[in-house]
Amino acid sequence: MTTIVLLSLLGLITLITGLFTVKKYILPIVVSGLLVVFAIHTSSISIINENGPMFNNMMKFDQFSILFSGLILLLTLLIVFQAQKFEGETDIPLPELLTLFLFAITGALIMVSYTHLVMLFLGIETLSICLYVLAGSRRSELSSNEAAMKYFLMGAFASGFLLFGITLIYGATGSFHLAMISAQIQNPAIANSPMLIAGILMVLIALAFKVGAVPFHFWTPDVYEGSPTLVTSFMATVVKTAGFAAFFRLFFLAFSHTPPMWNQTLWVICALTMTLGNITAIYQNQVKRMMAYSSIAHTGYMLMAILALNQAAVSGILFYATAYALATIALFAVFITLQKNYKLDSIESFNGFAKKNPFAAFVVAASLCSLAGIPPLAGFFGKFYIFSLALKQQNFWLVIIAIINSCISVYYYFRIIVAMYMKKAMDEQAIEIDRMSYLVLIICMLASLVLGLFPDLILSLNA
Amino acid sequence: MITIFILFFPLLASILFLFSGNENAKKIALGISFIELAVTIFAAIEFIPDSNVQFSLHVDWIRTLGISFHVGMDGISLLMVLLTSFLVPIIILSSFSKEYTNAKSFYFLILLMECGLQGVFLSQNTFLFYIFWEVALIPIYFIAALWGGDKRIQVTLKFFIYTILGSLFMLIAFIYLYLQSPTLTMDFQSLYHIELSRSTQGILFWAFFLAFAIKMPIFPFHTWQPDTYAEAPTPGSMLLSGIMLKMGVYGVIRFILPMLPLGMEDWGNTAIVLSVIGIVYGSLIAMVQNDLKRLIAYSSIAHVGLISAGIFTLNAQGLTGGIIQMLSHGLCVVGLFFVVDLIKKRTGTRIITELGGIAEKSPALAIYFMIIMLGSIALPLTSGFIGEYLMLTGLYEYNPYLAGIAGLGIIFGAVYMLNMYKRTMYGLSPLQSSEFKSLSMAENTALFVLSACILWIGIYPETFLHLARPAANHLLEIAKH
Repeated sequence: MTTIVLLSLLGLITLITGLFTVKKYILPIVVSGLLVVFAIHTSSISIINENGPMFNNMMKFDQFSILFSGLILLLTLLIVFQAQKFEGETDIPLPELLTLFLFAITGALIMVSYTHLVMLFLGIETLSICLYVLAGSRRSELSSNEAAMKYFLMGAFASGFLLFGITLIYGATGSFHLAMISAQIQNPAIANSPMLIAGILMVLIALAFKVGAVPFHFWTPDVYEGSPTLVTSFMATVVKTAGFAAFFRLFFLAFSHTPPMWNQTLWVICALTMTLGNITAIYQNQVKRMMAYSSIAHTGYMLMAILALNQAAVSGILFYATAYALATIALFAVFITLQKNYKLDSIESFNGFAKKNPFAAFVVAASLCSLAGIPPLAGFFGKFYIFSLALKQQNFWLVIIAIINSCISVYYYFRIIVAMYMKKAMDEQAIEIDRMSYLVLIICMLASLVLGLFPDLILSLNA
Repeated sequence: MITIFILFFPLLASILFLFSGNENAKKIALGISFIELAVTIFAAIEFIPDSNVQFSLHVDWIRTLGISFHVGMDGISLLMVLLTSFLVPIIILSSFSKEYTNAKSFYFLILLMECGLQGVFLSQNTFLFYIFWEVALIPIYFIAALWGGDKRIQVTLKFFIYTILGSLFMLIAFIYLYLQSPTLTMDFQSLYHIELSRSTQGILFWAFFLAFAIKMPIFPFHTWQPDTYAEAPTPGSMLLSGIMLKMGVYGVIRFILPMLPLGMEDWGNTAIVLSVIGIVYGSLIAMVQNDLKRLIAYSSIAHVGLISAGIFTLNAQGLTGGIIQMLSHGLCVVGLFFVVDLIKKRTGTRIITELGGIAEKSPALAIYFMIIMLGSIALPLTSGFIGEYLMLTGLYEYNPYLAGIAGLGIIFGAVYMLNMYKRTMYGLSPLQSSEFKSLSMAENTALFVLSACILWIGIYPETFLHLARPAANHLLEIAKH
C-alpha cells in the first residue's frame, strides 16, 4: 500500500516540478524517487500481508503482489534510465511523460494486488488511459496518432467486455470479491449457470486483449510500431507483466474450481497465439513490428503457465516475465539509438553493427539468444520452467507446439544477429550510445546471465 | 576438482585473450589447450578402471527444483574427454598457417566450444547435459558463420535451427523423465531406474533418437551436414566432425540404451536399419564427389552410420567397437580435414580433378595422408580396424544380413578413399600444384602425432579399451535387466 501511495505522490511531484525551472533535474528526481520507492517496497517484504486485506477487502498485498510490484518497479526504472531518448521523438515535455509512466505503473500495481473485480477494472483503466496518451505522444507522426486511436478504441471496447463480464459474474455469484466468488462457484448450480460461464469468458476475452493473445492481438503490431520506441519498450515489458499478473491472479483466486469450462478455450488461445506470433514474425522486416509479434509469441508461452494455475506457475510467470523483459529492454535500448541515427525502422539498420560497437552488438546477440531460449541465459530457464509446468499438467501437444515455435523463433531472432555480424554496414558513421543506455545494457546483460545460471535467486522468492 | 578444472579452465583462461593482441592469440590458445591435455592425461592415469563415476563433484544448485550441479567421469566419459582434449590442440595447430581476422574471438570461440563439449561428457545430470549441449552449439555457429565460405549464412542458420529442433525434443524428454522420477531429480543414476510403460518408452525413444540422429547425423536427418562441413572453416569442420558428432553417439549410449529397454526392443531395429542405409548412402555419394571436403563429409555419414548401428545392437562387441571407433573416427576425420586444408592452402583448390602429383612434391605429407586414410578405411594395424571389426561382429550377432550390407560400407570406403588418394597424390601434376611448400613444424608435429595415435590404437587398443570396458559392461547390464 505504501508503494502505491508513494508512487502516486511521486507522480504528482513530477507533474508539478514541470512547472518550475528545476525541471532540468526531472530525470534524476524521478530515478531517485523510484529507487526510494523500490527500497521501501522491498523492505516491507518482511511484513507480508501488510495489515491483511485493505479497503473493505478490495486489495491484498500478499507475496504475489509484492513480487510482481517489485518487478514492475525495477523494469520501469530501467526504462526511465533511458528517458532522454524522448528528446526529438515527441514535443510533449519530459515531466509530463514521466508522470504518465508513473501513473501507469500505479495502475499496474493495483492490477497485481486486487481482490475485488472493480479494483481490477480500476487498475486496468488507470494503466490503459496513461498508455493511450503515451502511445500517441509523437503528435506529428501519423502512425503515432493511428496507434493511439486504435489502442484507445479497441481498449475501450475491451474494457466494455470486462465490465459486462464482471456484471454477469456478479449476477451469477452475488459478489465482486474474488474469495466470495470462488466460494460460490463450489456450488455446482452456480458453476454451471450460463451467466457465470458467459461472464468468465467475457472477462477472459478482455484480459486476453490486454496481454495481446490471439485472436485479440490485432492492435499490437500497429500500436507497437506507431508509439515512440521507449513507450513500445514499456508496453512490451511492464504492461505485459502487469497484464499477466492480473490474469493469473483472477483465475487463481476466483476461478480455480471451474477448469474444464475455460481451460479448453485458453488452450486453443495459447496454441494459436504461439503459432501465429512466431509465423507472422518471420515475414516482418521492421524491427518494431517483429518485436510486436515476438511479444505475442511470448504471451503464448506464458499462457501455458496460466493453464497450470498453481503456486509453481507464479514463479514461472515471474521468471519468464523477468527474462523476457530484460532481453526486450536491452534490444530496444540499442534499437532506439540506431533509429535515431538511421531514421529507418528496418532490420537493415542493424547491418554491420558488430564492427561499430562490439559490446552493444554482443549484448543484443545475447538478448536475442535469451529470447530464443538458448542456455545458459535466463530465457532458457524461463522456457524450461514453463515447459515443466505444462508437462506436469500433461499438456503434451501444447509443449510440442511450443518447441516447434521456439525453433521458428530462432530464425527471425537470428536475422538480426546475421545482420549485425555478417552484413556490411550501410554507411561508415559511428554510432554513439550514451552512458545511461550502456548502464541499462550492462544491467540487462548481467542479470540475464546471472539469472540463467542461478535461477534460484528468483524462484526462491516465491518459496 | 580435476573435473572442474577440465571443464572450466579453457573458458576462464581464455579471458587472457582480452589482454592480448590478435597475433599472440593462437599461441595463447595452444598453450591453454596443452595444459588442458596434460591435466586430462593426468586424470586418465589416476583413473581406476571400474564402472564408478570418479572425480565427481556434487553440489546444490537450484534448490527449489532439486537440480544439483553434478559432474564426474566414468570410463566412457573419460575416453571422450581425452579425445576432446587431444583434438583441440591439433585443431588449433591446423589454424596456425592462416591468419584469421579478429583472431582473438576465433580462438575464444574454439575454447568456449571446448568447454561446452567437455561439459557434455562430464555432466551427470540431464539439466547440465542439456545446457552444455546447447552451449557447444553457439560457438560453432559463430565460427562457421563469421569465418566460413560464401554460402555460410543460410547453411549455418539451417544447421542451427535443425539441431535446435532435435535438442528441444530431447529437452522435453528430459523434463518428462524428471517429472516421472520419484524424488524429482535429474541425476543419471536415479533416472536409470525409473519404470516406464512400453508406449511411453517408444515415444521417449523417438524424442531422444531425433535429437541424436540429427546430431550424428543419421539418414534421413543428415541434410544439414555436407553443406555445413563444406562451408565452415577447417577448424570448424574438425570440431564438428571430430568431437561434436560424438556427442550424439554419447547421448545414445547414456540415455537410450540404459533407460529405454522396451523402447529399444520396439524401435532399435528401425534405428539400425536407418544407420545401415546411411552407411551405403553416404559411401555411394562420397564416391561421386569432386570436392574433397564434401567427400569427407559423406564418408563421415557412412562411418557414423556404422558406429550407430554397432551401438544399437546392445551387445558387448558392438558397444566396445562403437566406443573405440569414436576415438578412431575422431582422429581420422580430423587428420583428413587437416590434410585437405593443407592442400587447399598450398594449391588453392579442393577440387579433385584439379589436383594431382602431390606425393612427388611432399613425400612426408603423402605418408601421413596414407596412414590417416588407411585408418579411415579400417586397414588392420590402424585404429579403424579395431572398431569396425568389433562393430561388424556385434552387428553380425544381431543380424547377419545387416552386417553384410554394413560391410559394404568398408568396401566402398576403400573405393572412394583410395581413388581420392590416387588422384590427388599420384599422377601428373597440373599447374596449380607445381609449387608445393614443404610442411611447417606445426603441421609436421600435428600430423605425426595423429598418425602415431592411429597406429597406437590400431596395434594396442587395450590402453584405451581397459579404461572404458567396465563402464560399458555396466551399462549393458542396466540395459538388459
